[in-house]
Amino acid sequence: MTLYDDKTIQLLESKANLIRRHVIKMTFAAQSGHPGGSLSYADILSALYFQVMDHRPEDPLWEDRDRLVLSKGHAAPAYYAALAESGYIPMDDLINLRKLGSHLQGHPCRQKTPGVEMSTGSLGQGLSVANGMALAAKLDRRPSRIFCLCGDGEMGEGQNWEAAMLGSHYKLDNVTAFIDRNMMQIDGPTENVMSLEPLADKWRAFGWNVLEINGHDMRQILDACDKTSKVKGKPSMIIAHTVKGKGVSFMEGAVAFHGKAPNPDEYRVALKELGESI
Amino acid sequence: MKWIYTSQRKEYANALIELGKTRTDVVVLDADLSSSTRTAEFAKNFPERFFNCGIAEQNMMGTAAGLAASGKVVFASTFAVFATGRCWDQIRQSIAYPNLDVKIVATHAGITVGGDGASHQALEDIGLMRSLPNMTVIVPADGIEAYKAVNAVVNHNGPCYVRLGRADVPMLTSVDAKFEIGKATVLREGDDITLVGCGQMVAACMDAAEELHKRGVEAEVINMSTIKPFDEDTLLHSVKKTSAVVTAEEHSVTTGLGSAVAAVLGEKLPSPMKMIGTPDCFGESGESEELMRRYGLTSERVALAAEEVIRRKK
Repeated sequence: MTLYDDKTIQLLESKANLIRRHVIKMTFAAQSGHPGGSLSYADILSALYFQVMDHRPEDPLWEDRDRLVLSKGHAAPAYYAALAESGYIPMDDLINLRKLGSHLQGHPCRQKTPGVEMSTGSLGQGLSVANGMALAAKLDRRPSRIFCLCGDGEMGEGQNWEAAMLGSHYKLDNVTAFIDRNMMQIDGPTENVMSLEPLADKWRAFGWNVLEINGHDMRQILDACDKTSKVKGKPSMIIAHTVKGKGVSFMEGAVAFHGKAPNPDEYRVALKELGESI
Repeated sequence: MKWIYTSQRKEYANALIELGKTRTDVVVLDADLSSSTRTAEFAKNFPERFFNCGIAEQNMMGTAAGLAASGKVVFASTFAVFATGRCWDQIRQSIAYPNLDVKIVATHAGITVGGDGASHQALEDIGLMRSLPNMTVIVPADGIEAYKAVNAVVNHNGPCYVRLGRADVPMLTSVDAKFEIGKATVLREGDDITLVGCGQMVAACMDAAEELHKRGVEAEVINMSTIKPFDEDTLLHSVKKTSAVVTAEEHSVTTGLGSAVAAVLGEKLPSPMKMIGTPDCFGESGESEELMRRYGLTSERVALAAEEVIRRKK
């Protein structure tokens, strides 16, 4: 197992913090968007874009790149922030999220934004797309790893389970998917709206290598990605236990901030809590 | 007319196998119907580039999108009713919106599916596909055009829908005839009425024109093998001359070829018109030919409609 020094961990944590600040600023400027589910996977994004994934922001279509499909497309603000921090898009563009004429659509658009691998938004479709990319990589004998970020609520979509079958049937060991297990969906706790548990057992039963981690612990995220890179013959699912709205006290575990922007007072408090004075 | 009947599906398989040899970027997907759609023949020749997705059309379309996003040209096949309605949102979100090179070649379209009945008779698929931005919609008139359509879509940038039937259809076009996406062809010239058909109803239009000729009416017949992008020029050029139109399709008139023709003429050249196709209804079980007669998809009905429309001309 790779041992990560404290400096690397601190750098990735600070990038995650930057992503969270961007999310607050972007959704405040847009006065819409989805802060809750963006904050919950900021640490995973940071680990992927600044450590795990082999990619070239200056050459977004480099064939051998690792790819990320954001199945939970509504969590676009954090995604765009990671793309900007990586250098795919200008930092100044972030503030134009959801504005007319901006390339930063409410949900990711492959045609408009460099670095976006697939247009998403209608839930439950990303894993199928990741499988297709993984098949293509195997056909071309490319080393690309395909990552997919799913929400927990979207596990209600049957297509995920179709994709689960295909992934194990074709032994797509170049796929590593995450479920951002923040326990919340729009109408309330996932287990009240539509029970998902036992979620890990379900994925194991479908033939996947399953890991469960704390999705806010940088070392655990990195270790999990290392482990899944060595698995042969089956795809991997990392169930990342997270807190919706992580990093902003009044957004943590609050369903209300699934798809609601902060007001001016909340905006100031949120940024202060994230270590930025305005 | 005495027609020779051939299989569109067989020509699809022939075209795919030839493409498999020359185009290493071609990948084929199916959803447990490969022996019926005939993609099994590609699978036999190129097993490493064929993926059966099982009975899971939504996942098949998403997988196709991922392959296409990685540079593959993907053919995805199943029955028309499942290839369009069952996974319409997946086609919309993951294929049409990102404008990816997925070629949906659907077989068993229309009422001629026969005994399987309404659940399996796609009479809405043209409408479902032509309502999607970026989507090209092709309805080959015969086996020869099916072969040419497959070879055309593989070089066409973006998503395409190609609609094929189950039953053998009259061989209408010649091997030498030019096939171009977005271009209709005038198969017979005439001054009194324009008959616009797609799929196997083009042959019915040709038979109707022959019958009308005996009654002293000269019909122009247009094969509208591409429904989208729609060849307005060929239609308007003809209707300016004839001032009367009958459309014919093995599909619901509410969203298919007839609707597309009506939309163009309504805005640019209002003319007496009648649409032959299925009305706003589901199909039922029966033999293919019985069903075609029951739903009025015959050359006799096209000819009757033509005479009625001609009487409405000013």
